[in-house]
Amino acid sequence: MENSLVVTIKNLVKQFPVGGDYFTALKDINLNITKGEFTGLIGPSGSGKTTLLNIIGGLDSPTKGKVSALGNSLNDTSHNVRARLRRKHMGFIFQSYNLLPVYTVFENVELPLILNNVEMKKRKAIVKEAVASVGLSNKLDSRPNMLSGGECQRTAIARAIVHQPGLVLADEPTANLDAENSHHIMKILTDLNQKLDTSFIFATHDEKIMDYLRRIIHLDDGQITEDEFIKNSKVDTSK
Amino acid sequence: MMIKIAIKNLLGARLRTILNVFVTAFSFFLILFMSAMYDGMLQHAKQVTMDTEIAGGAYWHPEYDPLDPMRFEDAHSTLPSEIQSLVDQNTAFPVLVSQASIYPAGRIMPAIMKGIKPDQNIVNMPTNSLSGHDDISIPVLIGKGMASDTKLEVGDTFTIRWLDADRTYDADEGTVVHIMDIENFKLDMGHIWIPLDRSQSMLSMEEEATYVTYKKGAPQIHKTEGWIHRDINYLVQDMEAIIEADKPGAQVMYVILLALAAMGIFNAQVLSIFRRGREIGTLMALGMTRTRVVGLFTLEGGLNALLAAAATLIFFGPILYHFGVNGIPLPIDYTEMGMIMAKRLVPIYTTGLVVSTTVLVSIVVLIVSYIPSRRIARMKPTDSLRGKAVV
Repeated sequence: MENSLVVTIKNLVKQFPVGGDYFTALKDINLNITKGEFTGLIGPSGSGKTTLLNIIGGLDSPTKGKVSALGNSLNDTSHNVRARLRRKHMGFIFQSYNLLPVYTVFENVELPLILNNVEMKKRKAIVKEAVASVGLSNKLDSRPNMLSGGECQRTAIARAIVHQPGLVLADEPTANLDAENSHHIMKILTDLNQKLDTSFIFATHDEKIMDYLRRIIHLDDGQITEDEFIKNSKVDTSK
Repeated sequence: MMIKIAIKNLLGARLRTILNVFVTAFSFFLILFMSAMYDGMLQHAKQVTMDTEIAGGAYWHPEYDPLDPMRFEDAHSTLPSEIQSLVDQNTAFPVLVSQASIYPAGRIMPAIMKGIKPDQNIVNMPTNSLSGHDDISIPVLIGKGMASDTKLEVGDTFTIRWLDADRTYDADEGTVVHIMDIENFKLDMGHIWIPLDRSQSMLSMEEEATYVTYKKGAPQIHKTEGWIHRDINYLVQDMEAIIEADKPGAQVMYVILLALAAMGIFNAQVLSIFRRGREIGTLMALGMTRTRVVGLFTLEGGLNALLAAAATLIFFGPILYHFGVNGIPLPIDYTEMGMIMAKRLVPIYTTGLVVSTTVLVSIVVLIVSYIPSRRIARMKPTDSLRGKAVV
């Protein structure tokens, strides 16, 4: 069981300095996420979803408590070690896509492979496969400003999964999309989850995507108020 | 890998890259051009002095000191035989120097009266204008500056008074036969030039001279009979001393130009890099380390400098070449201000100047790329991702 743990959080507290005082964004969080989970962190704005996601991704550090992701402790590790962890084993999907505007779809998706020193010959095939998996094969040479919001987010998804990470962290991935695109994106993500056996953690308050989640962790005021496993999820768990 | 990403970023950014490269190239051009103009100005002053005054060098009467007019009356004698033979071979010409007073329009003015051979062609002076004036008592050649000071024009006459060899004052009418437009103010301001034989007879110094200027490449005289050999190095030493003394000024100007360029480049780079905060955050989220982020942006700066050097060559090269060949006409005559300044300034681009400017501008670009990128890379990735402003 321990080996299948992707994220382990024990007594996590996160505080931010505000003026001369501290604002506690996360209070005593305890959480385990196993391999292949399709989990949502749900809660209103300011409940600590993004902060928790950032800490799991090593983009931010905990104030107290222990956090480990993919077997690596994130408490005492340097920036470089955390960067390496993200580069090799994590993927990120952002609300506003964060595609590099001067790169084409191909180049944006290729970037994690370049950072991981994957050979050029292999890169081409891998990128094409990833882009195909999100249905954008005909947009390989397009720049982000030539794409719709849904296409941008699909590009961001391809970028997040191109190096086959063990964990994908998605911060409000459907917040900027309409209902149709949101469902399309979630469908792609659930397919990838099953195909790649990659764990997905979403921070969201978008009602539209709740049906796709297999586990929903409710956050309020920096605390986990409810942690439920969903049986009637739209995700096919029959595999 | 980094170089590939950097090239991709530069080429992909298009307008931003064009603006950055243009600012850098323009700074490059300005520094190069201004420094070359300055070098050209100094070089020109030296060249003009050599063309119009020094030629290959001179032999001075032992008493002659150009800075002490009180000694002119003792600084004359017949020429030593070997020097005379140079004159006879037309490889040198004698000049007789004396003090005089002139009275243009009734005003008294001190002047240095120099007798020169009208047919000399060793220095670039229109002395031939002094010949063929048998009907004129004393044909006089003056410079534009002197003409302006004395309000004299061609054909005007004025009284010249001088002290002859017998220490007797004498006077006669001089007539301006030509006003020369010469860049060497030392031959213009306070000078009147008359034919040598006329000055010798006026001063009762037949066959005598104060100094002899010889052609470049003329044989060296060893038996000078007390006359002092002044080679080019000696004669340009004042000019070189002025240039040397002016070097700190030139360096200050260079530093100011470089600082201005650096500010321009810094502005462009800071704006460019700080606008890319979210991009930096994304790169960090994708696993790029801070060191690599700083390296990437510094590398982009370096490539920017390379592109700027190429752009300077392509876009400003023809302008630099044009000015290098044709020079730039100056709007005013600096001769009257006591400066040897060309009417048309020609910049001089030395290899040293081009190389040092290229290296310096490149270093400046690297530094101004490194500083803001290091600062932004120090931000928390979460802040960068939010596009939070750098403070």
